[in-house]
Amino acid sequence: MKKANVKTGILAIVMIALTATSCKDKKKEQEGQEGHHTEQMEEGGHMDGTMEDHSQMDHGDMPHNEMTMLSSDIVTDYLALKNALASDDQDGAAMAGERLESSLKSFNSSKFTSNQQAELNEIIEDATEHAEHIAKSEIGHQREHFDVLSKDVIDFLAITGSDRTLYQAYCPMYNNNKGAQWLSATKEIKNPYYGAKMLSCGSVQKEIN
Amino acid sequence: MFVLLLGFVGIQFFPTSQNQSNTIPKTDFILVNDVPKQVERIITTSCYDCHSNNTDYPWYNKVQPVAWFLEDHVTHGKEELNFNEWADYSNRRKNSKLKSIISQIENGEMPLWSYTLIHREAKLLEDERNTVLDWVSKLKDSL
Repeated sequence: MKKANVKTGILAIVMIALTATSCKDKKKEQEGQEGHHTEQMEEGGHMDGTMEDHSQMDHGDMPHNEMTMLSSDIVTDYLALKNALASDDQDGAAMAGERLESSLKSFNSSKFTSNQQAELNEIIEDATEHAEHIAKSEIGHQREHFDVLSKDVIDFLAITGSDRTLYQAYCPMYNNNKGAQWLSATKEIKNPYYGAKMLSCGSVQKEIN
Repeated sequence: MFVLLLGFVGIQFFPTSQNQSNTIPKTDFILVNDVPKQVERIITTSCYDCHSNNTDYPWYNKVQPVAWFLEDHVTHGKEELNFNEWADYSNRRKNSKLKSIISQIENGEMPLWSYTLIHREAKLLEDERNTVLDWVSKLKDSL
């Protein structure tokens, strides 16, 4: 009896060692992706480039436009993530998630009132966690996190405004028929929760300007 | 073989920090929520080892490299969710955490199988699972 216990103990230790090692490998993979990510950002001039271009277009001091510019990267990365999920592209979604994580973290809330800042920071904290998970999960999980993330981004833009017209869409089936929302740059429905399985499921609820 | 043995003996001298605490902070999940006794028992047994500041360590945590792996698990577990810090989470975050708790339990991803392999008592029986899921869903809806 005692022998059997020791045996299962040893077996268990080996098992734990194996799972823990596989976790480590995953981490390494992520680091690899991160490296790739920075390269891409540099190529695309993703962060600062877009900001500068737009402010030049606006010719200066329109406070509302300036405010909406602040969330521009977040919207861009969110939409890239949404498109990847709608095309059942797990790797693309992971990469977009990583980019979104960094634009959330670099968001500057100093121009907002202190109440708004508190709210924005709460949203960023939550959304960042979802983006992190999306960057390292399989597509089913990515979609679960995208559901809550979408709510975060909708609430976020309600404060900051958006630099482009967006459509808030709704799929009544996702989440055991509890329904889920998402944002899109076009009116056409391309469902990020089901992808090719039910690409046109959903409807536009409202327009966000 | 001798080198391996020597290495194994050698690593025993590297200690890990223990995740143990005698005080339960005021922000603890069970303290701030009106948790039914049965649910309290289940989550203390099945979740708190990795998701709080106090781990009830098994005997084999005295052996390296096991202690390192466990330390890694606990650190990561607390990063994701620390029940001891519950009241410090914003409502938005609480909602996210509860959603993840529900989906992880529903999908059988938590408690981790590598954990329940040894902690047989931490494995959720079907009625325990339903009890926890029901209650956590209610808590989520009440936020």
